[in-house]
Amino acid sequence: MSDITPTQELDCRKLNCPLPILKTKKALKSLDAGDVLKVVATDPGSVADMAAFSRRTGNEILDQSEGGGEYTFFFRKAG
Amino acid sequence: MSEERPKRLALIASRGTLDWAYPPFILASTAAALDMEVAVFFTFYGLPLLKKDLGAKVAPHANPAMPMKMPFGSEKFQNITWNVPNAVSGVVPGFESFATSMMKKKFASKGVATIEELREACVELEVKLIACQMTMDVFGFSREEFIDGIDIGGAATFLEFAADSDISLFI
Repeated sequence: MSDITPTQELDCRKLNCPLPILKTKKALKSLDAGDVLKVVATDPGSVADMAAFSRRTGNEILDQSEGGGEYTFFFRKAG
Repeated sequence: MSEERPKRLALIASRGTLDWAYPPFILASTAAALDMEVAVFFTFYGLPLLKKDLGAKVAPHANPAMPMKMPFGSEKFQNITWNVPNAVSGVVPGFESFATSMMKKKFASKGVATIEELREACVELEVKLIACQMTMDVFGFSREEFIDGIDIGGAATFLEFAADSDISLFI
């Protein structure tokens, strides 16, 4: 488990490609640089896709974990 | 990212069935979410995808690659592929509407976005949606039938953007 305190949490459970990415993008838009967004998804494809999203947009994944069919990501919004 | 300019994606959407509406809207919205500049040129049968009243259907007739599956029942039942001969899909009235409704339910049950949702995401993420003027003239569409926030143009409008793009796809 992560001890990072997110600024905001986003529930992407049961959503399929590309909704987790689109919703993550939208949520990050409303945050300030340096804020942390926690995203929980159930789509196994989100592991590869969130990593690609992070590399292209510069929003760093501080931590990620997997358990009980859920994938959790902590994004830090890029400056 | 420390690039001089954002990556660019240029798409041509030329097909208007529900299944073929997905690739351009998925790629365009996702690319925009990845900070890319995106333009989609809607031409020929792709043009009605910009209509306010989106009536896209699937066309299972003469499409042997399309798995016909039921969106309800046990997992085993849902995984059965129903082989519908062309002789049936071609003559049964309302078969397209039936197949469309089945596919929409299947997509919804799998958490897939609707075309309307993806299109709204495109508008929100400032994807350049270009309606083909020539197709509008040929099929008799007017600007009022389309959603807000689109551009109208021709081949040159699209190609000017596509000339500086990193990815260009015809769908």
